[in-house]
Amino acid sequence: MRPAVRHLEAAGGGAAARFPPIGDYALIGDCGSAALVARNGAVEWLCWPDFGSGSLFAAILDRERGGAFEVGPTSAACVHRRYLDGSVVLETRFETATGELRLRDCLAATAKGGSDVLRPEHLLLREIRCVRGEVEVAVRCAPRFDYGRRAAAARDRGPHGVFFSDRGAVVVLRSELPLTLRDGAAGGTARLRAGQRARIALAFGRGEPVALPLLGEEADRAFDDTLAFWREWSARCAYEGPFRPHVLRSALTLKLLTAASYGAIVAAPTTSLPEKIGGVRNWDYRYCWLRDACFTLRALFELGYMEEGGAFFAWLLHTAHESRTRLRVLYTVMGDSPGRERELQGLEGYRGSRPVRIGNAAENQLQLDLYGELTAAAYEYVRRGGRLGPSSARLIARLGERVCALWQRPDHGIWERRGDPARHVHSMALCWVALDRLLAMARDGHLCAPASRFARVRDDIRDAIEQRGRSCGTYTSLFDGETVDSSLLLLALYGYVAADDPVMAATYRRIRRELAHDGLFRRYRSDTEDGLPPGEGAFGICSFWSVEYLARVGRIEQAEDDLARLCALSNDVGLFAEEFDPRDGSALGNFPQAFTHVGLINAALAIAEARGTRPRADVARQGPVPPRGERPQAAERADEL
Amino acid sequence: MIDLAAALGWGAAATAALSVVMGASQGLGWSRMSLPYLIGTMFASDRRRAMQVGFLVHAVVGLVFALGYALAFDAWGRAGPWVGAGLGLLHGVFVLVVGVELLAAIHPRMATRHEGPVARRRLEPPGFLGLNYGRSTPWVTLLAHVAYGAILGAWYPVA
Repeated sequence: MRPAVRHLEAAGGGAAARFPPIGDYALIGDCGSAALVARNGAVEWLCWPDFGSGSLFAAILDRERGGAFEVGPTSAACVHRRYLDGSVVLETRFETATGELRLRDCLAATAKGGSDVLRPEHLLLREIRCVRGEVEVAVRCAPRFDYGRRAAAARDRGPHGVFFSDRGAVVVLRSELPLTLRDGAAGGTARLRAGQRARIALAFGRGEPVALPLLGEEADRAFDDTLAFWREWSARCAYEGPFRPHVLRSALTLKLLTAASYGAIVAAPTTSLPEKIGGVRNWDYRYCWLRDACFTLRALFELGYMEEGGAFFAWLLHTAHESRTRLRVLYTVMGDSPGRERELQGLEGYRGSRPVRIGNAAENQLQLDLYGELTAAAYEYVRRGGRLGPSSARLIARLGERVCALWQRPDHGIWERRGDPARHVHSMALCWVALDRLLAMARDGHLCAPASRFARVRDDIRDAIEQRGRSCGTYTSLFDGETVDSSLLLLALYGYVAADDPVMAATYRRIRRELAHDGLFRRYRSDTEDGLPPGEGAFGICSFWSVEYLARVGRIEQAEDDLARLCALSNDVGLFAEEFDPRDGSALGNFPQAFTHVGLINAALAIAEARGTRPRADVARQGPVPPRGERPQAAERADEL
Repeated sequence: MIDLAAALGWGAAATAALSVVMGASQGLGWSRMSLPYLIGTMFASDRRRAMQVGFLVHAVVGLVFALGYALAFDAWGRAGPWVGAGLGLLHGVFVLVVGVELLAAIHPRMATRHEGPVARRRLEPPGFLGLNYGRSTPWVTLLAHVAYGAILGAWYPVA
C-alpha cells in the first residue's frame, strides 16, 4: 500500500487537476451501492439505488454536468486518508495552515432486525470535525440524476431537509451546517473550531415516501453500527498468512462490490474509466461476469466467507438456470441482460476519454471458457462439502452437453476481442476443464453425466490443443498461431497442465519475456489486432496470475517479491484498478476492480499454501453455508435449483 | 336492501383498479404516494412487512368503502359509471384534503410538519394535497378514486 503521500491540494484546483488520478479515489458502500470519494472530500461517483442505476454524482466523468457532493476546507490542505481498522468507513484528514479537519464518510449498513425504526433505502453519512485550530469548511451538494442528463427539482423543506427529486426518486439532504439552495445545489460555508463537528446525511428513496435522514446522536449511532458491522465481518476472515492486510482489504472490497440482496458481485462500481487516458477503451463494468466465478468463489471460501460464497454460487446457478445453459458473458445483479450498449452523449468523459458507455456489448459474445468457469465453480462448491440439488445437478451436467456441442466453434475469448471470433487455446482448455470437473463430480456422486462421452470429448479437446495450440515449445493464444497471451497462465492454475510441465514452464518464460515489464503483465502484445485502436495498460489480474504461478512451481521468494511490488502499487487505501500504467504503475480503467482484488487474494493464498501457512482452523473447517442471502429470495432460488 | 355479494365483489375489483392506477403512477415516477405503504408503516417498520400489512388493510378499507358506495346507490335508487365517478371524485377530494392530513396526525412513524424528524418519527409527511410526494399526486389520487367509483357505479345492481 502506498504511504499517505502528503499532497498540497488547493480546493478547487487548476485545469490540470480538474480530474484527480483514478487512484485518488476511495470506495465506500453498503453492499448494494457504492460511492467514490476523492482526496479532496468530494463524492464524485454514486449510483442509487443499485450499482447499475443511473448516477446521482458523476463528476468523475464530467466536472460540470456530472454532479458532486463536496465537503472540505476552503483553503489548501495536506491530505491523509485511511479506512478505519477493519472497516470501509473512510477517514480523510485535512491539515491546513489554520488547523486540522477530520472527515468521516460511510454508506450506512442496514441493521438486521430488532429495530423498530424506519430506514431509508440508502444513506450516505458524513461527519466533519475540527480537531485542531480553526478551519473554514465548505459544503456543496449538487445531485444530477441519470448521468448528469437531468437536473433535479430542488426544494428546501426546512427542518425536513433539502429535497432533490426526479421521476419518482428523491434524495434528501440534512445538515448541521446551515445550507442554502442555489442553482440546484445546496451549499454553504462555516468556521469550525477545535472540538466542533457537524454531521451531514443524504438519504435516498423511490416510489414511496422517504424515511428522512437523522442527525445528532442518531447519526452517530448509524456510524457506530456501520463500523461494528464491518469490523464483525472482518473478524470472520480466516486468513492468517502473508500479506494479510492486503488480503483483508481485498476481501472488504469484494464485499463492497457485492449486491447482498442477490449474492452477485459486480466487476467494478464504475463505467468508462479509461484503459488509456483519452482513448476509446471505456467500458461499463457494473455487471457480473460469469468468468470471475471460480476464482472468486475460491477466494471467498478460502478466507472463510462461506455465506457470501454460498450466496454467490446460488446467484450463479440462478442465472445459468434462467439462461437455459446458453450462458451470457455478463448479467446485471438481478441476473438480467444489461441491455443494449449505448454511448452517453454530452459527457466529457474522464480526462476527455470518450465515449462514455453504459451497457456492455460483450454480453452477447460467445465465450466458451464460461462453461469451464462455471463448472469449476460448482466443483469448488461441492469439494468443500456443498450439495447440489437435483435440478442444479442436472443443470451443471447440461453445461457439459453444451461444451460437447460448442467446443469446436471459434469464440471471442477471455479478452472479449471485438473482431472476428477465433479458436482460442484458453477457451479450449477451459472446455477441457468443464468436462474434467464434470467427470470428477459424477465420479464423486454429485451428479449424473454421460461419462464415456464426456471423457472422449475431453480427450479430443486435449489432443486438439496439443496438436494445434503449441508452437516452438510453448502454448499459443490461437490454434495454429504463433503469439502468446497472459490467459495461458491459467492453463496451469486450472490444472489443465502441471505448473512445472516443460511446455508450461516455457510458456511462462515466454509470456514474462514478451508481455511483462517490471512484474506488470499485459494481456497480449500491444500490436495484437483486437478490433480497437491500440493502447492499454498492464492488466492487474495477469500480474497476480504470474505470482500464483510462481508460487505453484515453488519459486516462492520470487512470488513474494513480485506480490510485494504489486501491493506497493495499490493506492493509499489499498485499492486496485483494472490496469496499471506500465510507465509509472498508476491506476487505469474501472476502479476498484473486483477481479484484480480476487487475483491478489488467490496469489497470497498460493504463497501461503506453498509456505505451509493454513487458514485458521476454527473457521476453515466449516463447509459452505447453504446460500442464505440477506434477502431470502437467494436461498429460495438455491432450494428451487 | 344492499346486495352484499355484489358490493364486495365489485368493491374488490374497484380496489384493484385503484391500486393499479396508484401503483402505475409510482412506477412511472409521477407520484410517490403509496397508500399501502403509508398504512403499513403504521404497524411495521420493515419495508416488506409494512407493504404486506398495508396491502391487506388497504384492501379491507376498499371493501368497507364499497359497502358505503352501495348504500349510497341504493339510497339514491340509481347508479351508473358517471354517478359512481362523481362519488369517487368526492371520495378522492376527501382523501386528499382530510384523509392524508388525518393520516399524518395519527401516524406513529411520520415526522410532524413543523419539526425535524426523530428516530421514531421520520417518515416524510404528505403535505397539503399530498404534494410532497410529487406534483402529480393530487391528480393521480383523484383519477384512482374516480376509477374506483366508476367501476362500482357501472356494475353494482341497484335494487
